[in-house]
Amino acid sequence: MGTPLLTLSGLTKAYPGVVANDDVSFDIQPGEVHALLGENGAGKSTLVKLIYGLVSPDSGKMALNGMPYAPANPNAARASGVAMVFQHFSLFDALSVAENVALGMDNSPPQGELSTKIRTVSDAYGLPLDPHRTVGDLSAGERQRVEIIRCLLQDPQLLIMDEPTSVLTPQEVEILFKTLRKLSAEGTAILYISHKLEEIRSLCDNATILRLGKKVATCIPAQKTAAELAEMMVGTSLKPPKRAAEVSSEVALHVSGLNLPPAQAFGTSLRDISLTLHKGEVLGIGGVAGNGQDELLAALSGERLCAADQVKLDGKPVGNLGPTARRHLGLLAAPEERLGHAAVPDMSLTENALLTGVTRQALAKGGWINWAAAKGYAERIIHQFDVRTPGPHVAARALSGGNLQKFVIGREVLQAPHVLVVNQPTWGVDASAAAAIRQALLDLATQGSAIICISQDLDELMEISDRFAALNEGHLTHARPAAGLTIEEIGLMMGGAHGMEAAHV
Amino acid sequence: MDLSSINPVLLLASLMVAATPLLFAALGELIVERAGVLNLGVEGMMITGAVSGFIIAVESGSPALGFICAAIAGALLSLLFALLTQVFLANQVASGLALTLFGLGLSALLGQGYVGIKPPSTPKLDLGMLADIPFIGRVLFTHDLMVYLALALAIAIWFFLHRTRAGLILRGVGENHDAAHALGYKVVMIRFAAIAFGGACAGVGGAYLSLVRVPQWTEGMTAGIGWIALALVVFASWKPGRVILGAYLFGGVNVLQLNLQAAGAAIPVEYLAMSPYLVTILVLVIMSAERSRAPASLGRPFHASH
Repeated sequence: MGTPLLTLSGLTKAYPGVVANDDVSFDIQPGEVHALLGENGAGKSTLVKLIYGLVSPDSGKMALNGMPYAPANPNAARASGVAMVFQHFSLFDALSVAENVALGMDNSPPQGELSTKIRTVSDAYGLPLDPHRTVGDLSAGERQRVEIIRCLLQDPQLLIMDEPTSVLTPQEVEILFKTLRKLSAEGTAILYISHKLEEIRSLCDNATILRLGKKVATCIPAQKTAAELAEMMVGTSLKPPKRAAEVSSEVALHVSGLNLPPAQAFGTSLRDISLTLHKGEVLGIGGVAGNGQDELLAALSGERLCAADQVKLDGKPVGNLGPTARRHLGLLAAPEERLGHAAVPDMSLTENALLTGVTRQALAKGGWINWAAAKGYAERIIHQFDVRTPGPHVAARALSGGNLQKFVIGREVLQAPHVLVVNQPTWGVDASAAAAIRQALLDLATQGSAIICISQDLDELMEISDRFAALNEGHLTHARPAAGLTIEEIGLMMGGAHGMEAAHV
Repeated sequence: MDLSSINPVLLLASLMVAATPLLFAALGELIVERAGVLNLGVEGMMITGAVSGFIIAVESGSPALGFICAAIAGALLSLLFALLTQVFLANQVASGLALTLFGLGLSALLGQGYVGIKPPSTPKLDLGMLADIPFIGRVLFTHDLMVYLALALAIAIWFFLHRTRAGLILRGVGENHDAAHALGYKVVMIRFAAIAFGGACAGVGGAYLSLVRVPQWTEGMTAGIGWIALALVVFASWKPGRVILGAYLFGGVNVLQLNLQAAGAAIPVEYLAMSPYLVTILVLVIMSAERSRAPASLGRPFHASH
């Protein structure tokens, strides 16, 4: 091997109270696809920010092509040939594709010329894009193409991709991988961040594994099993959740012909949704983000109302009832966004427990809050769901994602719901907390509750679901038994490749 | 009532004058809001501009110098707001309201010795032949430079926002400040510049009131025009063209109701006085009924987390 493209040696970065990166060193060769693996909070994002010039290291050095490399800001990083595709926060919804691309370039040509360039490059890499469309109207897969094209137009030597496949259908992932392999063959190195182990095994040449800010191993992922990689990431072995529930033939929830316009600009309409959920059953609902997941949860929880008999709980029409009335009848929900939707960030855990538990746990009487009971309820959640926190007086904001998620799910589970609807129950949660949450959902189903689990994590859905359905542009497919579904079948249910085509290699 | 006493030519000509202060203030606020900042201090910056422009013009005898100083005074006051909201991350709504109250008080203090004085008159632009065209010439071409400057500013702002890279960056910052930061743009600096520009425009608008439109200094003479400017920006869907339309509509109804008052219309004066506010808001509400979006980061505090 010649000179490595990028050398990291002894990078350390500390934030108050936490060492995000502790003496991390590794090399990336030109044309190499290098995976960066680790759980949430392992320090992957911080490391990438160091390389992209968003933060500077406390100590340690980087070298690019053998020359010292210390970007002061992202512009300097881009000028040195380092480009990045972000997981969040990097597109401007109200601007057009071409404008978004222009903002990510340092010397963007005039709009007309840029549009032509976008078309040329996007066709060459099999990622067709119309430069004049507004980004807010694009699907998640198309939005990602905008980011990739933005990077490719600058001929990067190193392309950093942060969790690029979390928003894609399996078919779209396949096309993305073809594009990445083509880039790698042309000599562009790729630093690929993910926690999807099978993807890393099929795509990456090398992997660096981080745990709690430290590099714990380097390996060739194709030579390891997914379970071995997971063990290196987590540090212990994980048991897959067990389930022994029997689905009864009694219907718990029935939705028929549900149509809802979007609540806000760039939202998705629900189109003619019908589903039947039996007692003791887990229905997994997959689909790419932004295909109506939030809207479906809102329609089921009662945040958005519809005609009374479009939603029936235990045979009773509830479509016109609000969330509190539905909770009273036993239909509970835990939305995706933990801070701000499922929990109030600046309120204590006791107060947050009270907010949804007040009806079914009788925590208030005649308008007066029974604080002792509310605190007791919060303590029960903390105890039974192993929420790591000093106590129920702590603000929700202070909990880590995984702990808060355990609290949010526990709060609903302990209310003995007839039907529980959860959206992305393990999003951004570390592997052991995710396993605990899945097990809690399965235990609830065993007790006879019916569960709808909306998620973008297909592995999770296959693990816990009895039946599987997919949301695609506001339509819900017919639910099929989850056992025996292949990844191709699931992909087609999710809407296939959304008009993508493979790279013209 | 004697309607014949209302001269349509004079009416239309004074409409342009009446609209100009509002147009300046609203255009400045448009840029501020496009950068994602909600500055409710327009009224305070306008009246500070009005009093400082007036004082400087009276003392120096030069209206031009008055306008320049009004712009500087408005910008300085707005930088106080920028410091509070962008550096100390204070609440934008509360800081804006405080700025208005502060501006009203400060201007009353500064203007104490200047009540009842006449400012040096701002010369009309000599447009020669054009002003001699019957009717149109009298309506359009007999004004001072500031009237045309306000219109030119609206066009320049449109061009800046939609045709220049700097304008694109400004819109990007207002749309998603986290993304703009991640791409390496200096969100806080860009917003400081936008806020200062907004302050300067509001200051000039205020000075136009005290130097041309009224022309004299009275306490609280902006009389809510700053608030109308704020409403105008929202109802104009953050588009400079519509801001012109709204400002001229407001100016038109305002001039008309003054004329009606003078002609002794049989409507109580209070109703006439509220009509420009009502009509402007009503028309713009109807216009903004179509789908239009505020800059997505508007009013949200930005704090770089790394």
